[in-house]
Amino acid sequence: MATPSTATPENIVSLDLADQSLREVNGALQEARAGYYRVRNPRGVHALACGLDGPIEVEIDGHAGYYLAGMNKEARVTVQGSAGVGVAENMMSGEVWVQGDASQSAGATAHGGLLVVEGNASARCGISLKGADIVVKGSVGHMSCFMAQAGRLVVLGDAGDSLGDSLYEARLYVRGNVKSLGADCVEKPMRDEHLKELDELLARARCEGVSASEFRRYGSARSLYNFKTDNIGFY
Amino acid sequence: MCGIAGLYLKNERLRPRLGELFTPILVELTDRGPDSAGIAVYRDPVAENAVKLTVHHADQGFAWDGLVRHLKEGLGVEVADHPHDTHHVLVLDGKVDADAAAALVEAYDPGLQVMSAGHVIEIYKEMGLPAEVARRFDAKGMAGTHAVGHTRMATESAVTTAGSHPFSTGLDLCLVHNGSLSNHNGLREKLKRNGVPPFRTDNDTEVAAAYLAWRMKEGRTLHEALQDGLNDLDGFYTFVAGTADGFAVMRDPIACKPAVLAETDDYVAFGSEYRALVRLPGIEHAKVWEPEPAVVYSWGGRA
Repeated sequence: MATPSTATPENIVSLDLADQSLREVNGALQEARAGYYRVRNPRGVHALACGLDGPIEVEIDGHAGYYLAGMNKEARVTVQGSAGVGVAENMMSGEVWVQGDASQSAGATAHGGLLVVEGNASARCGISLKGADIVVKGSVGHMSCFMAQAGRLVVLGDAGDSLGDSLYEARLYVRGNVKSLGADCVEKPMRDEHLKELDELLARARCEGVSASEFRRYGSARSLYNFKTDNIGFY
Repeated sequence: MCGIAGLYLKNERLRPRLGELFTPILVELTDRGPDSAGIAVYRDPVAENAVKLTVHHADQGFAWDGLVRHLKEGLGVEVADHPHDTHHVLVLDGKVDADAAAALVEAYDPGLQVMSAGHVIEIYKEMGLPAEVARRFDAKGMAGTHAVGHTRMATESAVTTAGSHPFSTGLDLCLVHNGSLSNHNGLREKLKRNGVPPFRTDNDTEVAAAYLAWRMKEGRTLHEALQDGLNDLDGFYTFVAGTADGFAVMRDPIACKPAVLAETDDYVAFGSEYRALVRLPGIEHAKVWEPEPAVVYSWGGRA
């Protein structure tokens, strides 16, 4: 992944949804291959900054609606507010930072890159995660990482009901309480390799003063997702 | 999919602007519900012993003066008629039972339907795009304390005026719903046995509204009635409900349908999506959050 460019005040490109259509703003961002863009007046609009395809920096100046930065590649998108349903859905690479809270299904099906939520994320955070990393500095709602296949979820606060239900190979790290574990999700020991990868993730997400040793690890018991001939009568 | 909206004003000075603030919330939710739209507005309370009915008749040529005479003679009260397109607000001034008055109205002509009854509530709902429905009833000009609205994308019963939301089955009570209930047929039969007023549609939300009215008749507050609903209503729901002086929100335990609340010192606002709330004054500094699943949020006296 290329490193996003460094912003300097004189090269900020300002886009304004009060004057420009969503299609114009998204078009400009999708064509960009470098630079720093600031989007004013997002007003909760859906599908903003979707399908970005270059190492640009995008700052959203307010709350965003559904599917912000969906399918993101290489770009770093920062929301100075909260994000609606499905932020960074199907992200491939790059970074998405939410300064406020994230609604349901944050980082759904994301393949790569990093999603950081400074506040809380609600239900189904990381549903069907396919390889991306998600760091939530607050808490996550119920059914988080439902059927997650690969990637890592780090939660500094608590997790709601049925964490990791029907989990495949994603790794979940939770610092606070887990209300309940979903089917086939179990607590697993923190070995050195896990402490190391978690410390790296915490550093990338700028979690100062938080140590990997404060977390518990959860993963799949692998009893559910393989086909078993014994169960043939139930299929 | 449907859109739901609510605005509860805490600051009296905003009351003249209720409709002006509320209508853009409703219209922004057109994408979620273009089939029909409706608004319950709480305004112009009538005297203690008077009753206010909102009555619908689809026929623009219907002779309302005949109904007014019929009510005056049948009930021995003064009747004031305030027409708003297909809906008329009838204020019955004198000692009168609201249920009896509503029954008398609906028996007069098969095309008549009582949309709401109480001291404060008025309900306006019609098929068509939300902007068009709002225009027909001059929603922007409405003053009042709170409003609850709905934009409908029907999934479960016919697109009709009667099947539009809000639903009201109790005095000054209204309910809007995004979702679908799976046990409404059984519950409807149970409620009929408990003497709940007649059902007018096959709609699931009407059953939920009747359920709340029944719980409140049993002495529960709106807040408590919604809590009871967590045990008795099966399915997907985000509800917004209004009473004469209260306002409440509840989502099902799975939180299947979206919901955003915003609160300032001046108001509490609800929208299915945040983008519906962005024109409210001071929204950039409001406390904005997503209500937790299976938690009742309520504001106001009797809520």
